[in-house]
Amino acid sequence: MFRNSETARGLTLIAPPALYALLLLAVPLLAIFAFSFWSQDFLTIDYTPTLNNYREAFSEPLYAQLLLRSVLIAGAVTLATVVLAFPIAYFVSFHVAPSRKSLWIFLITIPFWTSYLIRVFLWKVILGYNGVLNSSLLGLGVIDEPLTFILYNANAVVITLAHAFAPFAILPIFVSLEKIDRSLLEASRDLGENTVMTFLRVTLPLAVPGVVAATLIVFIPTIGDYVTPRLVGGPNGLMIANMIQTQFLKLNNAPMGATLAVIAMGIVTVLSLIFIFLNRRWLKGRKT
Amino acid sequence: MTWLRGYAVLYLVFLYAPIVLLPIFAFNDSTIIAFPLSGFTTQWFTEIPNTPALVKSVQTSLIIAVTTALLSTTLGICAARAGAKYSFPGKAPMLGFIMLPLVLPEIIVAVSLLVVLLALGLPLGGWTVILGHTLICTPFCIAILNSAFGNLDASLEEAAFDLGETRWSTFRLITLPLVMPGIISALLISFTISLDEFIIAFFLTGTEPTLPVYLWGQLRFPQKIPVVMALGTILVALSVILLTIAEIARRRGIARAGGKDTGGFL
Repeated sequence: MFRNSETARGLTLIAPPALYALLLLAVPLLAIFAFSFWSQDFLTIDYTPTLNNYREAFSEPLYAQLLLRSVLIAGAVTLATVVLAFPIAYFVSFHVAPSRKSLWIFLITIPFWTSYLIRVFLWKVILGYNGVLNSSLLGLGVIDEPLTFILYNANAVVITLAHAFAPFAILPIFVSLEKIDRSLLEASRDLGENTVMTFLRVTLPLAVPGVVAATLIVFIPTIGDYVTPRLVGGPNGLMIANMIQTQFLKLNNAPMGATLAVIAMGIVTVLSLIFIFLNRRWLKGRKT
Repeated sequence: MTWLRGYAVLYLVFLYAPIVLLPIFAFNDSTIIAFPLSGFTTQWFTEIPNTPALVKSVQTSLIIAVTTALLSTTLGICAARAGAKYSFPGKAPMLGFIMLPLVLPEIIVAVSLLVVLLALGLPLGGWTVILGHTLICTPFCIAILNSAFGNLDASLEEAAFDLGETRWSTFRLITLPLVMPGIISALLISFTISLDEFIIAFFLTGTEPTLPVYLWGQLRFPQKIPVVMALGTILVALSVILLTIAEIARRRGIARAGGKDTGGFL
């Protein structure tokens, strides 16, 4: 009797958010899947199921190129972000006094909460031909003429996104490092391993769940980023989200946009699953 | 480990570089956003209230952000409470699905909502942005509220219940005050996310642009950029204040519930 009422109470409580997610997430996701099998002639939708959108998506080189570039840029961003973030998470977890850890985490998260648009725009100001970086390097005499490989290309997109997603990478790694039982490290030292080997054989394997979480949390949203490629990417740094937007809002071809969105989601899902599969060894709970 | 500390400081410089530049250009007396600076002015700040379209977009954004914060925090309370206190069939998949927008690219959320709204023939406007923002803010609220409800000592509620309070009055008199810091923190975070969100607003806003959508339009006109910088400076100052309050509320909440601080609100 009590169990039943507890179940009922739990279900009643979860109902509003679950229904909200059902109506505004599950239904729209299904709708976009359905749209990808339809076609559009000006403003009227033809509901006859067809695979033409997919055929076009896979045969048109521009789409394939944008998809490939999105995956490569997102991959580069993820690699850069996670590699740069790991030492920070390690530093805060192992070398900052416990009472000051929250302050460090707070300092790391603040920039993330400031206007994304303006932050991206400021990277354009920093990386530009007459930008902050070039003028300071010229002033210091490090370079003789402005660097041009850092704006309006894929590099700029990688730098800007690595900045934007930094906290997303640091926090999961930090959490997994915090969970490591410090006595394991002492044990490793007592058994004769040096600092480097202790890090490689004890700390790093135990931090893998955090690194995997960080990788996915950075990779998945990055692949669909719209603002950064548009503002700092130039013509050769555009990504799939820019094309999805064009299809929906400029070309009035919602089915094609939906198809590209479905393909992008498919690629993200497959790559994420492969990545999790490759790391399955370290993700299983340790035997105790 | 001095090199590690040095690296950490360099990393903070990288993180804060764009934000530090913002006030510098906001007070710079030139429409060219580059060094060297030409002089000090507060002209760009005084132009803000004299730009009606900007003022209107700020109002639109504020209404959307407040409504989103209230809606997503309410939904977040339901989910976090259900997750922390009750067990029921399908709990993990349901909670997992509600949290999904956290990892879904925003463009996907935006276009899928757009497709449904257009298919239903519903007009776009502020309320459609609220629907989308509530969807992406709820997972953040749940993440914050999970720790608030998770740290809650169940025996306090049982004691109140045993002493004759009803289920509702127990919630109102015991539970709510204990999780209030978490609720404030969730309200502020979701308000901040909604105020800043661009992609969903860009797709769903119709004819009333939110502030980020308005700013996006202005970035094409070089002479408008200093005003954007001035506004950005105000926004950054505002976010920092709100986040500091949220952080203080979160820490106080953890202290009040007798839990241990694990750091960070994500």
